[in-house]
Amino acid sequence: MDWQALWLTARLAALVSTILVVISIPLAHWIVFNRRRWTFLVESVVSLPLVLPPTVMGFYLLMATGTRSPLGRLWNEWTGHPLAFTFEGLVVASVFYSLPFAVQPVAAAFAQIDPTLREASATLGASRLRTFLRVVLPLSIEGVVAGLVLSFAHTVGEFGVVLMVGGNLPGVTRTISIAVYDHVQALQYREATLTALFMLAFSFAVLLMVYGLRRRPLAAAPMA
Amino acid sequence: MTLSARLTKRLTSGFALDVSFVVEPGVTILFGASGSGKTTILRCVAGLTRPDAGRVAVGERVLFDSQSPRDVPVPERRLGYVFQQLALFPHMTVAENIAYGLAALPRGERQQRVVEAAGSFHIEGLLGRRPDQISGGERQRTALARALVTDPDALLLDEPLSALDYAIQRHIMDDLRRWNEARRIPVLYVTHSHREAFALGDRLLALEQGRVVASGSPHEVLDHPAHAPLAALAGFENLFAATVAARSERGGTMRCLLAGTSTELEVPLGAAPVGAPVRIALRAGDILLADREPAGLSARNILRGTVAASTMHGTTVVATIDAGARFLVHLTPGGADTLGLQPGNPVWLVIKTYSCRVAHPRDSAGQ
Repeated sequence: MDWQALWLTARLAALVSTILVVISIPLAHWIVFNRRRWTFLVESVVSLPLVLPPTVMGFYLLMATGTRSPLGRLWNEWTGHPLAFTFEGLVVASVFYSLPFAVQPVAAAFAQIDPTLREASATLGASRLRTFLRVVLPLSIEGVVAGLVLSFAHTVGEFGVVLMVGGNLPGVTRTISIAVYDHVQALQYREATLTALFMLAFSFAVLLMVYGLRRRPLAAAPMA
Repeated sequence: MTLSARLTKRLTSGFALDVSFVVEPGVTILFGASGSGKTTILRCVAGLTRPDAGRVAVGERVLFDSQSPRDVPVPERRLGYVFQQLALFPHMTVAENIAYGLAALPRGERQQRVVEAAGSFHIEGLLGRRPDQISGGERQRTALARALVTDPDALLLDEPLSALDYAIQRHIMDDLRRWNEARRIPVLYVTHSHREAFALGDRLLALEQGRVVASGSPHEVLDHPAHAPLAALAGFENLFAATVAARSERGGTMRCLLAGTSTELEVPLGAAPVGAPVRIALRAGDILLADREPAGLSARNILRGTVAASTMHGTTVVATIDAGARFLVHLTPGGADTLGLQPGNPVWLVIKTYSCRVAHPRDSAGQ
């Protein structure tokens, strides 16, 4: 087992999924509750990583984080080191790559809430923020947890984007999926088998969590 | 304090709302068939739907005015709203639901108000339960307590009791009336049930296709319905267009010719002059049937007809009798068996003068 790669992957996924929950809650709220005609445009952009080949996604992200792009230059000036081929660069790329996996479950949970509950909250004097904190969020907590878990798992499992943006620097950008690839390339089948088995067990456990959670009728049942 | 509203609203479906009314303190019924615009009116008053034009005010406080323009946000309107689906927060207890609108109050006072409101609606024993752990009637009481505990300036109720037993409806309405005795706020109560309208309303606004077609006490409006949809909702299965043929001031009656027939009915004397068009409403349960010509009755209308059809609806037999005009008659299965209601058989209709409710369309149209 490549413990260094495992620890790096865990740190990356935890950081990315935390950032994504913070981003996806307001983003999903906007997508579900605003009434602008071009909402579908934002939805499509958010969902692009679902259909784009990871290498294409990784290519654009590499261009965006390289020292020749405005973002890459700005980062270089602030921090004194480039963004591409660093852990931070990997975090930025992963946030974009896993965005739909966080936004979609949260948006689905928001959309499921009976609109009269929000109206009732308003007639009882509650502001939009209070309605969100007291009614919408508590009734969507499963969706938020699902978004957290799925984006964590998806970040753990990414390969193409990491290879494009991060390369393969042990302790910096070498995640566990890259490690498996490396082992196979070096004909180290024993290590590859162990690591792959670990990933399989982990992914299965995550899905058990997500689907097991959905069976709990905590807030799903609408009131007659 | 009174609630006044003037609203116009055109929906994409082609439906157009155009109403103007005043709601005095007490219960005013907003009565009409589904699709007549009742809920749209409530939503416009509450600010949940934006009218195209108009003005909404409670007392001196203007909530909406398309001229000024002014549109007070929903949370600042201070109106209680009870939704048809109740919209209780499923993740909160009864107490938390009731306390929801009292966020600005200090904790102690909030708890005291919750207990007081729960007591008024007899749910003080359920404060720790969640909405899915209490009965339908208890949920209605919770929704009412939640809306009223905030001391709103007016109360808007969208068919809140229609799913409940009559006895429970009465109890809840009694509690609501008691609550409102001291406060005297205008209550606008939407329903399409004439029973609820009679039992609960001080005044009634009858709505048809987005317009107020009649207003007055529930008895004034619903006992003499001039419009077919209103008549059906008010429990009058028969509504005939007719003209006044003769008036008898001394007898307190007049004879009316049913349109398109040679059938005449004697009805109570009204304001309509001879030759004027009137509508005659008649409950299907107020008509008697006989299998031979009856004699020696006080009833003034005895019409010969033939059975056109008879069908069972639950425990009621609905017979259609052709006597020039078509009459719907309700009978018990036993009564129908005695008569042998075969299509084509001759029957006599017996109708008391005072069972006929006459509306002079010009009287009750508009306000």
